Amino acid sequence: MSQTASAVASRPSNGPAGAPLLSVENLSVAFHQGGRTTLAVDGVSFSIAKGETLALVGESGSGKSVSALSILKLLPYPAASHPNGAVIFSGENLIDEDERDLRRVRGNKISMIFQEPMSSLNPLHTIERQVGEVLKIHRGISDRQARERTLELLRQVGIREPEKRLGAYPHQLSGGQRQRVMIAMALANEPELLIADEPTTALDVTVQAQILELLKKLQAERQMAMLFITHDLGIVRKIADRVCVMYRGKIVEEGPTARIFAEPSHAYTKHLLAAEPRGMPPAANANAPVVMEAKDVKVWFPIRTGLFRRVTDHVKAVDGIDLTLRAGQTVGIVGESGSGKTTLGLALCRMIASKGQIAFDGERIDARSFKSMRPLRDRIQIVFQDPFGSLSPRMPITDIISEGLRVHQPGIGAAERDARVVAALGEVGLDPATRFRYPHEFSGGQRQRIAIARAMVLNPRFVMLDEPTSALDMSVQAQVVDLLRDLQQKHQLAYLFISHDLKVVRALANEVVVMRNGLVVERGPAAEIFERPQTDYTKALMAAAFAIETAPTGVVSQ
Amino acid sequence: MDEPIREKAATDTAAPPARPAEFQAADIGEAQATGVAQMAPTVPDTGRPSGLSPLNARRWENFKANRRGYWSLWVFGILFILSLFAEFLANDKPILVSYKGEFYTPIFVDYPEETFGGFLPVTNYRDPFIQDEIGANGWMIWPPIRYSYMSVNNEIPTPAPSAPSWTFTKEELCGRYPQGLNDPNCTPGNYNWLGTDDQARDVAARLIYGFRISVLFGLVLTLASAVIGVTAGAIQGYFGGWVDLIFQRFIEIWSSIPVLYLLLIIAAILPPGFWILLGIMLLFSWVAFVGVVRAEFLRARNFEYVNAARALGVGDWTIMGRHLLPNAMVATLTFLPFILNGSITTLTSLDFLGFGLPPGSPSLGEILAQGKNNLQAPWLGISGFVVLSLMLSLLVFIGEAVRDAFDPRKSFR
Repeated sequence: MSQTASAVASRPSNGPAGAPLLSVENLSVAFHQGGRTTLAVDGVSFSIAKGETLALVGESGSGKSVSALSILKLLPYPAASHPNGAVIFSGENLIDEDERDLRRVRGNKISMIFQEPMSSLNPLHTIERQVGEVLKIHRGISDRQARERTLELLRQVGIREPEKRLGAYPHQLSGGQRQRVMIAMALANEPELLIADEPTTALDVTVQAQILELLKKLQAERQMAMLFITHDLGIVRKIADRVCVMYRGKIVEEGPTARIFAEPSHAYTKHLLAAEPRGMPPAANANAPVVMEAKDVKVWFPIRTGLFRRVTDHVKAVDGIDLTLRAGQTVGIVGESGSGKTTLGLALCRMIASKGQIAFDGERIDARSFKSMRPLRDRIQIVFQDPFGSLSPRMPITDIISEGLRVHQPGIGAAERDARVVAALGEVGLDPATRFRYPHEFSGGQRQRIAIARAMVLNPRFVMLDEPTSALDMSVQAQVVDLLRDLQQKHQLAYLFISHDLKVVRALANEVVVMRNGLVVERGPAAEIFERPQTDYTKALMAAAFAIETAPTGVVSQ
Repeated sequence: MDEPIREKAATDTAAPPARPAEFQAADIGEAQATGVAQMAPTVPDTGRPSGLSPLNARRWENFKANRRGYWSLWVFGILFILSLFAEFLANDKPILVSYKGEFYTPIFVDYPEETFGGFLPVTNYRDPFIQDEIGANGWMIWPPIRYSYMSVNNEIPTPAPSAPSWTFTKEELCGRYPQGLNDPNCTPGNYNWLGTDDQARDVAARLIYGFRISVLFGLVLTLASAVIGVTAGAIQGYFGGWVDLIFQRFIEIWSSIPVLYLLLIIAAILPPGFWILLGIMLLFSWVAFVGVVRAEFLRARNFEYVNAARALGVGDWTIMGRHLLPNAMVATLTFLPFILNGSITTLTSLDFLGFGLPPGSPSLGEILAQGKNNLQAPWLGISGFVVLSLMLSLLVFIGEAVRDAFDPRKSFR
């Protein structure tokens, strides 16, 4: 393994360069399901030296997570198996070891951080107990010692006032704080290797930048090796010494980060690097007809306390926002999670109760009940964030797409309905011949196209797009953005585009509203906001999104 | 309960076989140009495929992979279907009679004895006089066992309860018949293969009818309680709030009523019968389904595809039926066989105590009670026990296989 300038720089004085800490040699992973065997990882080899960061990059389904999980043998055996290969970690082949030996290594010499901070912490255990557990298992120390060590760790990962946080449960912490706790747990036993499986994908861009900075700092302090799995090349550039690009279970290219970015040799790597949402939003047109107008929209959730559940205060999710959406125009709503973006969108679609005027096509709809909104629902459509959750797994996609038609145009016959489904599928670029298949047979990007077809088949006027690209791979995001722009142009749709991903917003929106804690921080034409952000908050968002840089504390949430 | 397992590890590990990767169809050069593999692999436009959905097909495969459960289903199915035709297996009437050139089907029609030259209002085909008369003018086909559950064998070799026929010699068996060894009625069809009970009724016949009534009772009770329980749970879970709160309190009170005492009281007022017993037990058994269905609806009503349907303007009841019920049905189906088992056991124990089906009905519980009262006749208790335990074990095996088949995390190689 040739050592590069950057890799050497990050590991100042550590032994001979020839002996890697971990080396994976010709590793394969096969899955058996329903009599079929699929090779998910095919003869992958890589190695990591002490203090080095290796990034494993690839899109979903490329086998990067599976490779990482097989290092600690965390796959669902016996459905998964390793036809060949070895994982050599300090002289031992982990693939041949039994569970007992592996447990000695897991969480001790090699530890992992997972993607979902929400589900990788046990909701019933306090922070103290979760972090302490790892310490007690591998070190057998007393409660008091564990507590001291836990506090020390929490301080190291940047949790403010850790004494107060010891008794907290995961739901009382924010996503970023939870991920910090996960990191504290992973670092508890001073591992030699940390495997981070998309540790920031579920987090806000601002928090992502903080977490990456933290990981980098801790790594430098401890001379720890890190295997970083991600699909985001921006992060790779920021954090990795070397990169392995995975595609369909194989490593297609490997090399120092700088070289991979400067002169990629494999076609797939070039494709990945080129995949960024491109194109310009439609030109702003202040004379286009107004589709939806909202004045002083408020969504307050009551906080009830005491014996009689009296309302003592409100959570002001959306606190007095004005918005005008015009045909063929896109308003982008940006902000961190919890800033009230989605709540605002749902209030405009009258999916949740709100105060303030909302007019659709000149008609007041804020007083309508949920039931009396139903006739309007064909013109107001929503595309949801998660294409895996928003399609019923039990229905073929033709039924999914035609569900709205059955409600709003019950008069048309089966043949006409089928023709409309075929047309809608063609419009979103899917082969209509596949319409009798079920959602699980489609990839993430294809599923999101199906969700868009479901909205488009009803000829809506207004579409709320709730982070429609955030669950998708980078190259697929670009395609979906292009599709949305084409559809908007063709049908003069009014979009409300909600996203925390500023790159996508820049490609779609011609007006931007920056939200924080239910209030508008900044608003204006997109070009203006992106060129000359006025507030610190917007600037921090931009820095985090485009350069993955952190802002001074206090400007954004932790 | 099954599909969107959203944890990262689960999707990623399960994904390679299930989800076509963005790149699987297109090669890279093409991908760069057109946007990756958005055209799904083309298939001929054959229209809507018939048969099981892929999900159900996989479940059926998983079910079949559990050999014990699969064979149990076959054995139980055959036994159950056979028992539905109990009248053709064990009956004191012949299946078909040919008398003076005409055909008679005594199982379906009660012919007066005049038809065959007698004078009683109902024909007793076991009567030697009638048998001689029909034998002289035609023939008749008997079922393999010539006793119904109520018919008494008057020619038992020893006082009732009489032991199984294979413990006697042929001389002993035929000893009580008028013509001894040469009597035409001393045939295997008239032997009591499993002995008789204390009223000289054939045990084998009573077991066949008892099996049928137990399974039917269990099935009707289970299906009826599933319908009521799922509906109640669905309403509670979907609407939540006050509806849920009030209904839950009602169920708590309702399920704390002691069922056995209530049964005793009602049995004293109403004549016990199949439907009355079923009704009383139904009053309380539906509660078992509410919890799981309610939980499933509470969980699934926040699924994104349910929200998506709501955003399309789909009505509440359609959403419940189309999008939520399938989720809940998985949970329900999974423990349906076990509820069926429970219903059968309850009926048997009530019969055993004497508070079940009316006296004289064939029932497994009654035969067990007879076994307890006649310890000198072990064939009663043993044969009752064997049938009951066979039936319950088969159902448990089937239930296990169903449960595993619906478990998305379980994989079979």
